[in-house]
Amino acid sequence: MTDQPGSKPPPSRPSRIAAETPWYELFSRGARDWLRHNQKVREAVRGKLPELLTGGDLITRPENRTVLVPVKFLEHARFRLLDPGAQGGAGQGKGEAGQVLQPGSDESDKAQGGAGTEDGEVRFVLELKVDEIVDWLWEELKLPDLKPKRSASLDDPDYVREGWDKRGAHSRLDRRRTVREAVKRRAMQEAPIPFVNEDLRFRQLVRRATPALNAAVIFALDVSGSMQEAERKLAKTFFFFALQGIRRQYPKVETVFLAHTVDAWEFQEEQFFQVAGGGGTVASSVLRLAKDMLEKRFDPSRYNAYLFYASDGENASEDREAAGALLEELAGKINFTGYVQTDGSAYRPSETQMIELFRALQDKGLAAASARLASMDDVWNAIREFFSEEAQQAA
Amino acid sequence: MSESLEEYSAGLEALAKKLGLDYYPVDFELAPASLMTEIAVYGLPVRMPHWSFGVRYIHQLVRQSMGHSRIFEVMFPGDPCHAYLMDGNTIAENTLVTAHVLGHADFSKNNALFARFHEQAGANIIEMAAAHAHRIQQAIDEVGTERVEAVLDAALALESHVDMDKELHRELYPTRADAKKDAKKDAFQQRFDKLPEAQPAQAAEAPEHPQRLKVPPHLEYDLLWFIAHYAPDLEQWERDIFLSVRAESLYFYPVFACQIMNEGWASYWHARLLREAEFLPQPLYLSAIKAHSDVVRPFAADEQTALQVNPYHLGFTLWERIVEQRGMDESRRICKEEDDFGFVRNYLDRELAEKLELFAFEAKNDGEIRVVTRDLNAIREAILAPKFNYGAPRIAVTELRQDGTLVLAHDHATDGRGLDVTRGNRVIQYIRRVWRRPVRLNTVDSRGEPHELSA
Repeated sequence: MTDQPGSKPPPSRPSRIAAETPWYELFSRGARDWLRHNQKVREAVRGKLPELLTGGDLITRPENRTVLVPVKFLEHARFRLLDPGAQGGAGQGKGEAGQVLQPGSDESDKAQGGAGTEDGEVRFVLELKVDEIVDWLWEELKLPDLKPKRSASLDDPDYVREGWDKRGAHSRLDRRRTVREAVKRRAMQEAPIPFVNEDLRFRQLVRRATPALNAAVIFALDVSGSMQEAERKLAKTFFFFALQGIRRQYPKVETVFLAHTVDAWEFQEEQFFQVAGGGGTVASSVLRLAKDMLEKRFDPSRYNAYLFYASDGENASEDREAAGALLEELAGKINFTGYVQTDGSAYRPSETQMIELFRALQDKGLAAASARLASMDDVWNAIREFFSEEAQQAA
Repeated sequence: MSESLEEYSAGLEALAKKLGLDYYPVDFELAPASLMTEIAVYGLPVRMPHWSFGVRYIHQLVRQSMGHSRIFEVMFPGDPCHAYLMDGNTIAENTLVTAHVLGHADFSKNNALFARFHEQAGANIIEMAAAHAHRIQQAIDEVGTERVEAVLDAALALESHVDMDKELHRELYPTRADAKKDAKKDAFQQRFDKLPEAQPAQAAEAPEHPQRLKVPPHLEYDLLWFIAHYAPDLEQWERDIFLSVRAESLYFYPVFACQIMNEGWASYWHARLLREAEFLPQPLYLSAIKAHSDVVRPFAADEQTALQVNPYHLGFTLWERIVEQRGMDESRRICKEEDDFGFVRNYLDRELAEKLELFAFEAKNDGEIRVVTRDLNAIREAILAPKFNYGAPRIAVTELRQDGTLVLAHDHATDGRGLDVTRGNRVIQYIRRVWRRPVRLNTVDSRGEPHELSA
């Protein structure tokens, strides 16, 4: 310890009243430590990311979207005695021994509106940006960033700044360069004037081709009777994170939601996960619809297109060939095709038709991957696998 | 600071001296509400950073915004004392507060507990705490927030686990049975012997089989001190943090253990000084006395009972009667020798308890609150119960094993029941991170069976 008794000032010094010394205005210790607390809460919340993102229509409108997470204040633990079931204390006022000052309440009442008296009961709401959560996830999963297609056909013409000229619009006057020119000129002249028209420099624009940064993501979901609530939730979670990953890379992402049984339809996101169909499963229906979409809306030369398909793996056996051919055609045109088989709790054979079809695509060197989802944990593995795969393919 | 307040406070000081108050000079400072809030949260104007203060800060802001908590003044004893007055208060309120602070200043110079800390730690707690905060900030810059925070998690969790009877600067335990001989060596030789290089030579001189003494030689309740000095691989900056927290904890103890006496004494004196200060204008005196009765009242105006005893009210009433019945000299003796335990047990008698309508109550977990008794002893103990052992369970180091394991024991017989397991485990984990060896804590569970927490 270096705290030694300090030297005493002269004891006879009178008390005094200081003028205001505003050193403490410079910073707030309380706010500093409160921010640190919140940072710790955020770190604690990171561990529970998947559960945070299950609500509503997060997929299509995540720009500036936030998730409200109710959290408790962190408690700095201290040694404490066991809760004795009753707290004693000293009070002041009227009342006889044995008199009840406040009646007890039933457990049910307490659960409804009882004011919690314990410190740990205080809650506050933490607002987390969806983007922030996805950033954490990407950090945690150590996922690579996606790369746009490297193909000349994907180029979009755009204006970029390039070069200077002595003439141009006032809005593009380059002040720094203009002054530099003026300084040079003045150094040469005997009686220089500050600025002449020859000093002016203007930025020029040039038309250049830049890689297309539009992305289209097609989500296809099997909604036949065999897809239960649990399976859909897995698919939805997977779709959400797959989309987030793509959104990190491309400034403009368009989404399409396709559902199918024997036939296929396009839906809005809100209805997409509520759709329930009956009957059999014919995957080629949705693949054909996806192909139409690509041709009509998302010209593969202008868009980085992605297709994610989720089903329980079953497909009508007579549809195998048609589905295989369509898949191959699609996979040749777009950046990446991913398939997730949502096993949920139900038993499935290890080699389903769709898994086999996707494996065949991979064998042909096409950008495709498949994964099986039995629980939420598998979603992370699938995401990691798909994005690593995609990065390899693009490289 | 307005001229009239300066004039009044000079008058009050002259009057206080005349009435026999004996104190170190007080430096008054008008502070904005934000600083007052922080002092209420941290206990000191500048203190080490820790996230747990952030939680308290928000609680305090909420209480203040709901009007449940209003801070009038804070006073730090020392030489000189430092007092912060709220700049938003009226002149009448601040006049009252000035008189109140003079009472605190007198109390803290004369009370034995305060005087002892003053003697050991020196004159200026504010600068000491600011120096601690500064060194901890340096540590953060060097090793990073996370590591410093881990040490502070442990040290602050053990904040109340100091031995109040031990000095601020404690000697280490003797390591050998013949260590008593060392006491005869002069101060220089003792310090020389403590140099790392000096140790082997000294060991060589020792008898062939020096008897290793048990560490700790007795139950050690000073956990902060013990960990600071006996943790196997503690780094210097970590030790420094533990000792800083301990020093501040020892500073807070007299304030904690004498709250009723101290606030009562200050309230007694502000009432008396105002009453006898004839230079105060009548309207100002009335407003100040109104503020006085707001502070020194048993319960809110619209209530009939309170489930806590206002220390200002209790202390004020006790001191008024002691001065009236026993005279000022005897009162000053009590002021010097007692803390709240002696004060309440010796001077809160039946008559006063009845006059104040004190009772002991019990609040069950289902919300039922019942008056248990108006028995005097039960009331005294109910008032004092939260103050035992600095408000913390009694936990001592029993053994430092050869492999470095730290063994702690909870004195559950004295405390009446075992420890809260969840919190206990978390604190043990905090300790484990700085102790860097296994930590065990023996207590009992809710059925009274032995239970060991370990990390």
